[in-house]
Amino acid sequence: MANGTIAATGKAAEVDFYHVKGRHKGILSWLLTTDHKRIGLMYLVFIIFFFLVAMTIGVLMRLEMLSPGETIMKPQTYNSLFTLHGVIMIFLFIIPAIPAVFGNFIMPIQLGAQDVQFPKLNLLSWYLYIIGGALAILSLFSGGGIMDTGWTFYVPYSVRTTTNVSLSVFAAFVLGFSSILTGINFIATIHRLRCPGMTWFRMPLFSWALYATSWIQILATPIIGITLVLIILERALGIGVFDPTLGGDPLLYQHMFWIYSHPAVYIMILPAMGVVSEIIPTFARKPIFGYVPIAISSLAIALVGYLVWGHHMFSSGISDTSRVIFSLLTFFVALPSGIKVFNWVATLYKGSITVSAPMLYVMLFIFIFSIGGLTGLVLGALNTDLHLTDTYFVVGHFHYVMFGGMGIIFFASLHYWFPKMFGKMYNEKMAKFAAYWIGIGFNVLYFPFFIMGYLGMPRRYYDYLPEYQIWHIISTVGSWILVSGILLMIANLISGLKSGKRTTDNPWGGTTLEWTTSSPPTLENFEVLPTVTAGPYDHTKIHGQEENK
Amino acid sequence: MSNHIEHAEEIHEIHIHRDDFGSRMGLWLFLLTEILLFGGLFLLYAGYRYIYPDGFIAAATELDVLLGTINTIILLTSSLTVVLAIVALQKSNKKLSMFFLWITVACGLLFLVNKYFEWGAKFHHGIYPKGPALQNMSEGEVLYFGLYYVMTGLHGLHIVVGLAFIGFVMWQIHKDIITSTNFQKLENSGLYWHLVDIIWIFLFPLFYLIH
Amino acid sequence: MENTQHNDHNDDHIAVAHHPSYGVNILVWIGLISLTCITVSVAGINLGSLALSVALIIAIVKSLFVINFFMHLKFDNKALKIFLGICVITFVIILLLTFFDLTFRT
Repeated sequence: MANGTIAATGKAAEVDFYHVKGRHKGILSWLLTTDHKRIGLMYLVFIIFFFLVAMTIGVLMRLEMLSPGETIMKPQTYNSLFTLHGVIMIFLFIIPAIPAVFGNFIMPIQLGAQDVQFPKLNLLSWYLYIIGGALAILSLFSGGGIMDTGWTFYVPYSVRTTTNVSLSVFAAFVLGFSSILTGINFIATIHRLRCPGMTWFRMPLFSWALYATSWIQILATPIIGITLVLIILERALGIGVFDPTLGGDPLLYQHMFWIYSHPAVYIMILPAMGVVSEIIPTFARKPIFGYVPIAISSLAIALVGYLVWGHHMFSSGISDTSRVIFSLLTFFVALPSGIKVFNWVATLYKGSITVSAPMLYVMLFIFIFSIGGLTGLVLGALNTDLHLTDTYFVVGHFHYVMFGGMGIIFFASLHYWFPKMFGKMYNEKMAKFAAYWIGIGFNVLYFPFFIMGYLGMPRRYYDYLPEYQIWHIISTVGSWILVSGILLMIANLISGLKSGKRTTDNPWGGTTLEWTTSSPPTLENFEVLPTVTAGPYDHTKIHGQEENK
Repeated sequence: MSNHIEHAEEIHEIHIHRDDFGSRMGLWLFLLTEILLFGGLFLLYAGYRYIYPDGFIAAATELDVLLGTINTIILLTSSLTVVLAIVALQKSNKKLSMFFLWITVACGLLFLVNKYFEWGAKFHHGIYPKGPALQNMSEGEVLYFGLYYVMTGLHGLHIVVGLAFIGFVMWQIHKDIITSTNFQKLENSGLYWHLVDIIWIFLFPLFYLIH
Repeated sequence: MENTQHNDHNDDHIAVAHHPSYGVNILVWIGLISLTCITVSVAGINLGSLALSVALIIAIVKSLFVINFFMHLKFDNKALKIFLGICVITFVIILLLTFFDLTFRT
């Protein structure tokens, strides 16, 4: 157990962290690093890789849906692909993306710390993430074929199918462990390593969001961990736990699965909301409206998010009493989310807004996420859910909140912190163009899902009745627009990385601590340990803005 | 910044500041995840006991209360000796501290040996997953034994991990890496061991003492 | 840079945790063993539906002894107590909400 902070004795403190001479050279200086910035970047590489893989699978699924009947693949392939798309997107992209990349890279700097509390544990988390990813890939090529259970691994099917469920489930278990260790690390960091003067309510809202997220990671992930182990044991040894032929209750499996997986939805979205709360004050040149409500609403979302998992089970045979209770509680989650949205909009009011690429993504997010949130209420209401459950409406809803929420904000964070991470700037015009293009593609792709779902198109089918074809065609065309937009964005960022202009320490006029240090930061993040005397969004004193003008 | 790069000649030395409380906090957070890991199993236990009250009572008669009681006392004693080892080390009595830790290790091993005989007897009677005796039992009994094997098995695994942790700490005490002023690792291993003990405190009445 | 940058400076006095002496710990151990004997002998009496509650209450008392003295949480930082509280409350909520399903199924 490594504890404590890392302090410098070297004189090389002014060199950025890419050029610091450590104990190891070349690739080992990355693989054996305990520097939170390098670990964050290593996550970034693999998270983008897995995102592109799952995105490709998604495009293939859309191609299959272009016409009724078999278009490019057999039903079994389609079953495997939607399972893979879900598993990779959820466990390898959405859950870790913002905390593991930006939480690692930015959060300690925002707190005025030199690293996270447990740097070695942080590296271990990364290795567990990589091992989990490798196992997931390995499961495709071994055992009885690619898993076809859907990402929810519902029993009894997951116990009976001959496909390679055990290894994929074990991969998810390892990824969960990685997630837990990151959560522990972040909570300890926030408790122990805030710089002098950084009280709880002077903490940037991104760090607040990560604090709430980490708590969910710690309190929810173990439940899915043990549930997945039970599936493996049940498959391997025939132990009676969930299998109804042995007296087991598959509904208890669904309870345990959603006890994790519903709060996990907030693991996905809370860090994104934190990023939004950083970007909006920066580009509106105003202190955030309602700092304390936003900070507390993160905790409130984490809390209420625990009480609503049953709304995934409205049609699966749980008791009427619990359906009513879960439906009621579901409406309460809308409150803290609403608080955030209204505070963001109030921050923009009378601000002097600069619409740079990160801000554009944030506005796209608010638009898309509001649609996702409102359709969530339609699904949370018991009676409408019974009509819409397991249709494309549900698929549309969670793509609007997950991709439109977390995914779009992942892109926003990339653009916002890109100059800080790499010390260079991408092509702003191209970035904005890609943002518009992504926004159009996204809505063309996913909005027809709501209509199809309302008309009764069931999810997870490789075939459909001809009356739905027009909507499927529109949606598939949307997927081409969206993917070209994403590829354009990534190409633009890579060319910025290669030949972008050098940037200043604070190109946006940000007010949090990461903008007071150099771009890219030094190994220790700060040459002089910062001391904080005011809240995080004070625009009267912006570091480094004079030299910009 | 690029003009500074060529000055980065010397190897960058880092040293670690100690933060005992931070380290303990990290371990406590980890213990919370352990509580909820077993919590998931206790949830299943509660659910199935509610659904099959009679099956659980019938199945519990197969367990040996005496053996369970002895194992409980063994684990409680091992918990005591870990604490006494910390007190001894704080008083700079390294030998006594090591002595207490050896007792802890002995207790842990004894617990595992008992568990081995307990499981062995069940297997002998055909009470194991897909075993001949279990297949003739009612659904409640099958689930009881499913949970019994998973929960005591996972608990046993934690005992093994705890023993490894304590063994590592003993080696560090031996090497004077853990001392009377720097003993957070010993404490952390103790905290982990106590948690394993607490889980047994709940497993014992829930599996052995149902009538 | 030599200063550790811990924010909760008032924690420093508990950086090295206070441990009860040999005697207190042994007393706690005797208490735990007695409670074990009690719970085993009580289990022999037919208490009907109360049996489970009695067994659980004794188990909770025992774990409180272990947590407060062996794990010296009683003497430790308040934050850790809150952490444990959050964890236990979470578990109770999960249990309750699941039983809203199980107990009202038709």
